[in-house]
Amino acid sequence: MALSLGKSKRILQCLKSKICVVGLGKNSFWSGWFHHGCPSSMAPLAPTCRNPDAVLVNAATQFATRRFESTKAEKHVDSLCDAEGNQLLDFPGGKVAFTSEMRFIPESPMERAHCYRVLDDNGQPNVSNFVQVSKEVAVKMYATMLTLQVMDTIFYEAQRQGRISFYVTSIGEEAINVASAAALSIDDVIFPQYREPGVLLWRGFTLQEFANQCFGNKADYGKGRQMPIHYGSNKHNYVTVSSTVATQIPQAVGAAYSLKMDGKDACTVTYFGDGGSSTGDFHAALNFAAVMEAPVIFICRNNGWAISTPVSDQFRSDGVVVRGRGYGVRSIRVDGNDALAMYTAVCAARKMAITEHRPILIEALTYRAGHHSTSDDSSKYRPVSEIELWRMARDPVSRLRRWIESNDWWSGEAESELRSNVRKEVLDAIQVAERVEKPPIAEIFTDVYDAPPSNLCEQEKLLRETIRRYPQDYPPDVPAL
Amino acid sequence: MLGIVSRKVLGQSLGRIRPAVWALRNYSSAEKQMTVRDALNSALDEEMSADPKVFLMGEEVGEYQGAYKISKGLLEKYGPERVLDTPITEAGFTGIGVGAAYYGLKPVVEFMTFNFSMQAIDHIINSAAKSNYMSAGQISVPIVFRGPNGAAAGVGAQHSQCYAAWYGSCPGLKVLSPYSSEDARGLLKAAIRDPDPVIFLENELLYGESFPISAEVLDSSFCLPIGKAKIEREGRDVTITAFSKMVGFALKAADILAKDGISAEIINLRSIRPLDTPTINASVRKTNRLVTVEEGFPQHGVGAEICMAVVEESFGYLDAPVERIAGADVPMPYAANLERMAVPQIEDIVRAAKRACYRSTAMAATA
Repeated sequence: MALSLGKSKRILQCLKSKICVVGLGKNSFWSGWFHHGCPSSMAPLAPTCRNPDAVLVNAATQFATRRFESTKAEKHVDSLCDAEGNQLLDFPGGKVAFTSEMRFIPESPMERAHCYRVLDDNGQPNVSNFVQVSKEVAVKMYATMLTLQVMDTIFYEAQRQGRISFYVTSIGEEAINVASAAALSIDDVIFPQYREPGVLLWRGFTLQEFANQCFGNKADYGKGRQMPIHYGSNKHNYVTVSSTVATQIPQAVGAAYSLKMDGKDACTVTYFGDGGSSTGDFHAALNFAAVMEAPVIFICRNNGWAISTPVSDQFRSDGVVVRGRGYGVRSIRVDGNDALAMYTAVCAARKMAITEHRPILIEALTYRAGHHSTSDDSSKYRPVSEIELWRMARDPVSRLRRWIESNDWWSGEAESELRSNVRKEVLDAIQVAERVEKPPIAEIFTDVYDAPPSNLCEQEKLLRETIRRYPQDYPPDVPAL
Repeated sequence: MLGIVSRKVLGQSLGRIRPAVWALRNYSSAEKQMTVRDALNSALDEEMSADPKVFLMGEEVGEYQGAYKISKGLLEKYGPERVLDTPITEAGFTGIGVGAAYYGLKPVVEFMTFNFSMQAIDHIINSAAKSNYMSAGQISVPIVFRGPNGAAAGVGAQHSQCYAAWYGSCPGLKVLSPYSSEDARGLLKAAIRDPDPVIFLENELLYGESFPISAEVLDSSFCLPIGKAKIEREGRDVTITAFSKMVGFALKAADILAKDGISAEIINLRSIRPLDTPTINASVRKTNRLVTVEEGFPQHGVGAEICMAVVEESFGYLDAPVERIAGADVPMPYAANLERMAVPQIEDIVRAAKRACYRSTAMAATA
């Protein structure tokens, strides 16, 4: 360090004499030299103590260029100068202004991107310019969020009792699920990850339909082909959940492109977590969406954890919202536990996406209050006190309830009535689903292709023949017909 | 050279299938020739014209007219909305294509070579191939993935692998591999019209080859069935199966064998999945001997599958062990002499057929 200081002193003395010629601008040279961490992303590069030589070289080149430029200046002055007479470079990507200050864009901003919020912790709006929500919509949002919470709790217990093999809860993310769904139209196509059943719930998927999928019975729209929580429904415009992480992101862009070509008043909406934002698919999708001008809304549920990986191990950027600018995508950070903020932001995003044919990135900050799934015990890698804090004090469902109660749209009686009704309905749905037959043998071979090819027809015949001959080797509850 | 051979062979086999009509055509001097490149281009053009949902996507397919000029003129005719030049991300544009197909468009995704499809293989297998099944028929994926497959000339290890066996093992996919211009036209049209995801394996060295083509094939409604192999040349003594470029080699080998009194039946597979096992079995039951030929790596290859299919159905009809000719079990070398040794040559096919006919003394297969 001592050596470089000595060097820099010498260079400073050299350069001081050149200040007026090179024209370093309004800032004093000293402050520019030691300035560290410039807030604006458009600021010129800052010289630091570590690169005194580089500064010297830069200054010299500038100096040299200027000397030779003067004779040719007349010819190029129109196309290569901005309004103030500063030189521009006509680069394949567009015009770029020069600077003689070498300043690196800092890796993190002075201040993190602000987070849009409407309701405070007590459920009181701190602004008046949010999208006004009618009593009907607000109560439906609340009821759906509460139903989701109750459903999650009971299904989780059912897995623990061995009645279903697997389950994923959305505890803590009810507002993201439901409020975003409420701001969309039924024509908007949803490309979920796996923590968005609230969107389906809002759109009218019944508790029985959820249970059928989890039990993989004959009534499951998925014909018992997938693990629990892999819901999908054409009539609700909800693309079937697929276990692979983040593959839905570029798919949403492709579908959005189709919607644009069809000229429909609809967009696609895709959800993913903080972990999903690290994938190659995320990068390609955002990049493409901007280039193709596709009407797609990217909603990142930044809940702090990707199974056991905290966000500090996931990325070093200021979350996911800042990446939007890296791709030329308009973005916003929203309080994911604030239903009204989510609703307002998604409403605005949808309008921009469809009318302006552009992608929008929404980073919803929240917390994964439950475990990653029933195969996880998150107390192994995070403090139980942290989980309790978010689950109790920052519960999005309670926050919305405080708001609707303050408007006299909800009451204690309504609350207990809804809770007990939903609980009963979920338990009934589970009992019914458990007793429904499993899908028939024929469904092993259908849908591999549009029409089953001869080899699969043969295999089905062989299987039936074998079951007929040795019924004792096969489960009795799988109908052979 | 190849064109002349195949015209004769084509004439012979067509003569047997449809004596009345085609006998006349055999001697017609005004028979049209078409390169595989033009066959693919015309098929794409006609399908895009017939169905506005079909669109083409890939690197260099638009302004550059296609890395191998397969999509020449399409950007000019259909515009940038239907011929999309993509950034360099196979994973990205394959995902986007699959999403577009989910919604109802019919994308044709071009890989500059199928070696690059490995970047996108998760989307091809886990999204495209399995979605119809996993969603229980709610999401169909009418997408076509096409591009050059297998060895070219001097392009090295990372540009020469054959993916027929990899994709051929995956349920939910259909895998096609054309040889002639007729195959190229008919199979590409069938692939684009098919509601399932199709892998269409072309061959770079065949693009410039010319084949005779009839008026029926030139008609815009022409289509070949998926899952049907073609008997390129009938024979009595040994069945030789091949696909893509190896069909041409097999036909030449058949000429050489004929001089030694061995009549070889050449089957052009056309379809790797579903494999036309009935045709192959019927042929083996006739000739009692089988040689499988492919350019790809031997282990877990197409030939291994064909051998097993024949053993399952027609074991009693085999008079000799099944011979398998495949590429060398090494990453493709670059030097021309080494490359020639790493890919099956006509002599290898001839020697294998002779071994199967017990006409040579060596028991072990040597390259």
